[in-house]
Amino acid sequence: MATTITKTETLVGKRIRRKEDPRLITGTATYVDDIQMPGMHHACILRSPHGAARIRSINIKPAINQAGVVAVFIGKDIEAVGPVPCGASLPGLRVPAHSILAKDRVYYVGHPVAVAVATDRYIARDAIDLIEVDYEPLQAVSDPEKALEPGAPAVHPEWPDNTAFTFHQEGGEPEKAFKEAEVVVKQRITSQRLVPTSIETRGVVADYRSAEKNLTLYSSTQIPHLLRTLVAQMLGLAENRMRVITPEVGGGFGSKLNVYAEEALMGFVAMKIGKPVKWIESRRENFLCTIHGRGHVDYYEIAARRDGTVLGLRLKLIQDLGAYHQLLTPAIPTLSVLMMPGLYKFRNVIADIVGVFTNCVPTDAYRGAGRPEATHGIERMMDLLALELKMDPAELRLKNFPGKGEFPYLTATGLSYDSGDYAAPLKKALDMVDYHKLRNAQRDAKAKGRLMGIGISTYGEICAFGPSPATPAGGWESATVKIEPSGKVTVLTGTSPHGQGEETTFAQIAADELGVSMDDIIVLHGDTSIVQYGIGTFGSRSTAVGGPALYYALQDLKAKIKKFGEMLLESDDVTCSGGQCICNKTGKTIEFAQIAAASYRAMKLPPNTEPGLMATHFWEPPNFAFPFGAHIVVSEVDRDTGQVEIQRYVAVDDCVNIINPLLVDGQIHGGVAQGLGQALCEQAVYDENAQLITGELMDYALPKASTMPYIETGHTITPSPVNPLGVKGVGEAGTIGCSPAVVNSVVDALSHLGVRHIDMPLTSEKLWKLVRQGGQA
Amino acid sequence: MIPQNFEYSAPTSLKEALALIAKGDAKVLAGGMSLIPLMKLRLAAPEHVVDLSRIADLKSVHEDGKGEFPGGALHLGALATHFEIESSALVRSKCPLLAEVASNIGDVQVRNVGTIGGSTAHADPAADYPAGLMALEAKVHLTTAKGERTLPIDQFIVDALSTALKPNELVREIIVPVETRGTGFSYQKLAQPASGFAVVGVAARVRKSAGKVTFVRVGVTGLAGKAFRATRVEKLLEGTSGSAADIQKAAAQAAEGVDANTDLHASADYRRQMTKVFTARALTQALSRAD
Ligand SMILES: Cc1cc2nc3c(=O)[nH]c(=O)nc-3n(C[C@H](O)[C@H](O)[C@H](O)COP(=O)(O)OP(=O)(O)OC[C@H]3O[C@@H](n4cnc5c(N)ncnc54)[C@H](O)[C@@H]3O)c2cc1C
Repeated sequence: MATTITKTETLVGKRIRRKEDPRLITGTATYVDDIQMPGMHHACILRSPHGAARIRSINIKPAINQAGVVAVFIGKDIEAVGPVPCGASLPGLRVPAHSILAKDRVYYVGHPVAVAVATDRYIARDAIDLIEVDYEPLQAVSDPEKALEPGAPAVHPEWPDNTAFTFHQEGGEPEKAFKEAEVVVKQRITSQRLVPTSIETRGVVADYRSAEKNLTLYSSTQIPHLLRTLVAQMLGLAENRMRVITPEVGGGFGSKLNVYAEEALMGFVAMKIGKPVKWIESRRENFLCTIHGRGHVDYYEIAARRDGTVLGLRLKLIQDLGAYHQLLTPAIPTLSVLMMPGLYKFRNVIADIVGVFTNCVPTDAYRGAGRPEATHGIERMMDLLALELKMDPAELRLKNFPGKGEFPYLTATGLSYDSGDYAAPLKKALDMVDYHKLRNAQRDAKAKGRLMGIGISTYGEICAFGPSPATPAGGWESATVKIEPSGKVTVLTGTSPHGQGEETTFAQIAADELGVSMDDIIVLHGDTSIVQYGIGTFGSRSTAVGGPALYYALQDLKAKIKKFGEMLLESDDVTCSGGQCICNKTGKTIEFAQIAAASYRAMKLPPNTEPGLMATHFWEPPNFAFPFGAHIVVSEVDRDTGQVEIQRYVAVDDCVNIINPLLVDGQIHGGVAQGLGQALCEQAVYDENAQLITGELMDYALPKASTMPYIETGHTITPSPVNPLGVKGVGEAGTIGCSPAVVNSVVDALSHLGVRHIDMPLTSEKLWKLVRQGGQA
Repeated sequence: MIPQNFEYSAPTSLKEALALIAKGDAKVLAGGMSLIPLMKLRLAAPEHVVDLSRIADLKSVHEDGKGEFPGGALHLGALATHFEIESSALVRSKCPLLAEVASNIGDVQVRNVGTIGGSTAHADPAADYPAGLMALEAKVHLTTAKGERTLPIDQFIVDALSTALKPNELVREIIVPVETRGTGFSYQKLAQPASGFAVVGVAARVRKSAGKVTFVRVGVTGLAGKAFRATRVEKLLEGTSGSAADIQKAAAQAAEGVDANTDLHASADYRRQMTKVFTARALTQALSRAD
């Protein structure tokens, strides 16, 4: 029987300000670029200006002759370094050799060609301008559909069809469903390429100590341990001689859930020159060389009965992969397929993915990774079906949810939705906007010529990655809890929080379980020499998988505290709470600090008990978690200019138990901001020569604080059986629910003009044209 | 994003600055909001950067009763920041259009350091000031080590990123008229969603008397390589009663005969149409403010 704790005041569930904030707000946090070391050198990377070209020759002499330049390395120098790893495996996947510097050919603008190393960063930057590369430009292709056409330029000459893989998934009897359907709705829907644009770009400092053969890599990453394993392999280093430290990370959004050429390259350089070396990615490089997100062209069909019952779903998904596979590139669209039925009872589904090489930077996980695309697709299709059937879009959705009693619900794509009551958040959101009144207001507005629309989306999200068999590198998470001899508590988590706030939420969990003050707890992460192996922070997993690991470690620790308490109080009737053990008979107490001291001093030990107070738990989740929710957007399009105004934004999410509502709101707000970015303004545009023409913040339009609508949040709570904390992830939910609600509202605003669908982003010119041409784009 | 090597001087007098730039291949630095990004992208690589920020002479904002305009003039030192112009009590009361234009530039950080001299000298076709300066028929006071001259704004700006400035010459001040009582004004802008610059921006000034529109000035930025005065619009509206229909009819001419810019954010066609829409909006607001 575990220790019973009488909690006096619980912290879980409270709006507690982040422990991280003081250092972040006062500018005293340490990012990679803040790291200084004696003798540190600086690297700058020369990158391809061409989408595709053969390298005829490279002359590094003028650069190397420059005072202060200590080395220049090119492709032939790095033969011994292993390829940039792709962790995803699919049957028949074609994996191009991905060396850390280009060899005889470049495949996208930004492809690293050479690295110059100098005594300061200015000299290094000047040096790359002196490297002479003789390129023979080749035809490039940037549009994935064009890349599939016969005769298109081959990105990799060995695979002229530009097809990296095809992937088929089927459930139920889709052909039959479409044959029997009373109505079939079809639409081509795109989810454009996006640039994750974390405020802090990537950066690496590598420090090699040749006498010890130890390499320390400081990197702005979401996955310190996986990075160590994989970079050690690339460099042929013993893994235990490599240390990865993740200092403060200024945003990742999936773009730092990766192993990049530069991380191994800096390790290589440090080993070659015997000096520490720093590389900080410029904003321009961040646009050109850090992974992009999305990049879908989807062809959807849904089959239904006239009464609105959905029967079947067919999807042809074209994924723009870019020129190479980064860590998870080919896996991302498979998540879209898994989630393609959304929250609806599609019993018959069929999907085919074509993964296409283009002369662009690789796509990979970006906030939502595959699920925003899937949600956007199905939620647009539900609206198209509602339009076709002249049904209310809310009613159509409510009609097709599995009932509360049908959980765990097995989907036609083979997932088991753990728990849910999908009508609950939608009904709550409808109440929050006073839906019927709102529809009347819309009718009045339209009668007056105003273009007002109401958009609904519901989403289900696969998160808490994930059961290990379903993930490329293990899906468990780890935690260690130590009570130090002074009684202070140290938590080590294998997750790698970088803005999510687990230093706070994990302290709340530990404080409640141990009954100690949050101020006595510190949460450490992101150093492979301090923290036991862990998987990292991505896929809305840290609290949902790392949280339970911590919870179980705390239970082990509490059992041990109790044993010491019983020994020290000389009683077998002891309760541990409020930072002390109490003998229930005598009322005598002993503080954790004294117990801790005694456990380390170890003059006497309880039977079968080791000295010290420390517990480690590796937790393997039995399933993913599937949070869900509903977003409603009210928007109005300016008839004269095509500008969209978001008048109301309502987000109701069910992520079950909330550890810190302040942080959950923050995740929803940030997620919605990125969803609005995709819906309204962001787009990575490559021209026909595969030049990125939105390659700076002057052209790539991000949402800004001043353009954000007020977001009204609400929650429903449907208990989840997946983990003991009853939590699901919330990091990506806002993004996933957002874009279809926005687009649905704008299509709704223009539907009387005959508009059925608009691809993102909803730029003002695009909408203005639709209004002017009466719906004909 | 590191610029090429350059020499840097920060003179404290105008004379010193003029002597330094007379030596050749020098670029002057005001707020740096346009120059520094260009240098970081290595699209500009001056050998010598002469920082004007310590020259007190260039910061003055004052009124001059006689001056360049019959009703008096405001002299805005080249180094006056967008924020100073936006918030100056003098500018707000004597030339409120310019304060309104300034308040539409970029964000707070940019307005805190960017200057009117820098913006005017840079002549970005999407910058906001030129629309206002055209509508105000402003003058640009230039100086070299040898002498001074004053040019009307539409002669100073030659084309996109190109002005009448000689290599050894500085913008010393921008001169705008003290606004006549009762003049209505407005600046209306469609912002480019990424940079915040104007896709189109229209500045209008109007006066009314006895139910008739007696005076109209319209400056347009963003549409063409160079900001311009929409004189057709002005003529069409002058003498009318300024009704909604009059405004629409006049505004419809705002983009007539103009070779419109086109880019990712707005096609030439859209820009033209938006020029009409924002001209109408600017005129409508200006008229509502005139009395
Ligand atoms: C993020 C961002 C957003 C912006 N948004 C807008 C916007 O919405 N609207 C807008 O209009 N502008 C915008 N700008 C540009 C901004 O207004 C700049 O301040 C302005 O264009 C240049 O002024 P500056 O003082 O910074 O000049 P600098 O950058 O220092 O100089 C610009 C050029 O002018 C020359 N120069 C400067 N002063 C003089 C002088 N006295 N005599 C002769 N030559 C001189 C310099 O040599 C250089 O060639 C934005 C800028 C940024 C960075």
